[in-house]
Amino acid sequence: MTSKTPLYEEHVALGGRIVDFAGYFLPVQYPTGVIKEHMAVREGVGLFDVSHMGEVTFRGKDALANINYIFTNDYTNLKNGRVRYGVMCYEDGGCVDDLIVYRMGEDDFFVVVNASNRHKDVAWIKEHLFGEVEFADVSDDYAQLALQGPLSGEVLGKYTELPKKYYSFIRTQILGKDVIVSQTGYTGEYGFEIYCRPEDAVELWRELLKDERVVPCGLGARDTLRLEAAMPLYGHEMDETVSPLETGLDFGVKLNKDFIGRDAMMARTNRHRIGIQITGRGIAREHCDVWLGEKLIGHTTSGTHCPYLKGAYAMALTDEAYEPGTEVTVDVRGRKIEGKVTPLPFYKREG
Amino acid sequence: MNTPKELKYAKTHEWVRFTSETECEVGLSDFAQDALGDLVFVNLPEVDAEAVKDETICDVESVKAVSDVYAPVNGTVSEVNEELLDSPELINNDPYGAWLFRLKDVSGAEDLLDAEAYEKVCAEEEH
Repeated sequence: MTSKTPLYEEHVALGGRIVDFAGYFLPVQYPTGVIKEHMAVREGVGLFDVSHMGEVTFRGKDALANINYIFTNDYTNLKNGRVRYGVMCYEDGGCVDDLIVYRMGEDDFFVVVNASNRHKDVAWIKEHLFGEVEFADVSDDYAQLALQGPLSGEVLGKYTELPKKYYSFIRTQILGKDVIVSQTGYTGEYGFEIYCRPEDAVELWRELLKDERVVPCGLGARDTLRLEAAMPLYGHEMDETVSPLETGLDFGVKLNKDFIGRDAMMARTNRHRIGIQITGRGIAREHCDVWLGEKLIGHTTSGTHCPYLKGAYAMALTDEAYEPGTEVTVDVRGRKIEGKVTPLPFYKREG
Repeated sequence: MNTPKELKYAKTHEWVRFTSETECEVGLSDFAQDALGDLVFVNLPEVDAEAVKDETICDVESVKAVSDVYAPVNGTVSEVNEELLDSPELINNDPYGAWLFRLKDVSGAEDLLDAEAYEKVCAEEEH
């Protein structure tokens, strides 16, 4: 079954090209087009409907112990009002999902997961809960907007104070509506994510679009932006066959504490996630073989034309690490095109 | 949607402009460029390549996906539009000016659609 977000009619009215994504009807792009939407976020400000994302909560005396055991990161010293990335793994070290955790209070955590994994995640978490903890899937209680780009603070600041630090949040009001605003995003750009009640989403969406600088953006730009910023996407850079260490998410894994999948992932292979700049003619997308001379070294996990960098880039999982500058070839529909290993991320914002 | 009356069309969304009885230019229709979105790469055929009607002859890539271009008629590639290699967005900006390749010794044009018939094909695909 495919659901509509509270903003579905808004997307249709704006001429959005609607697709079924993770069980939701969402716009892949508006008539503006992916490239201009992408550039708006890099140079101005763009607005996304990300209401499809899943939200779950852990509350109670053992809430922290549960997330520290079920997730790979350590949340012990996460302060109230701060956000931290993490991964949830199977016993064998493969990924169930990746997520971000908001600390709402001492024993109160709000966790954002991928829409496509929501039901699987909820089932997995429920299987592993222990002690005094109340766990709930609250996805249907929230809509989510992402306002992203260098001008996003100027636009949102007209309505509310803003969380000052990257990966921090505040509870505030916009137009009298209760919202959570965090300085987070999936674009590699300065920006904010706004969680609101579903019934308030249309009013907030319309209000933010009154500022003519704000460009509505679809899933297409969301994907090119995250790829340019080399942010991993579940189902591409990671899945149940890949551990977070293999895909370069070491920063979100704390091996000095006990958590599900720890021992197995430490014993696994030496795979690496690398970046490839395509130097030949063509675009490498996912599932292309990557060759070092005559040796098959891995496959691409995502790839596209990056509008801001004005070139084709791909991420790949390879059998070991390769130094930046290493020349490789990528098999694109039977044609080998040249590329070179490039440090990740491809794009990093200044400051 | 713009569908010039003087051109012929294939169901696979290529347009054909005859420059003589046996020579033509081939490009992508306005409907096609709109459906594909921003084009970022064009993989053109080789000059002298044989075009076989309804078979893939080259491909174009948008930000989102790669799409095959089919030969709308039989013929031999006489020229390719190299300007598109550096500026694939010309196809979005001016689909009927941005020809992909020229063919000579053309045959098999009988099945091509006129503008009116082609618009019907597009209308059906929209649903």
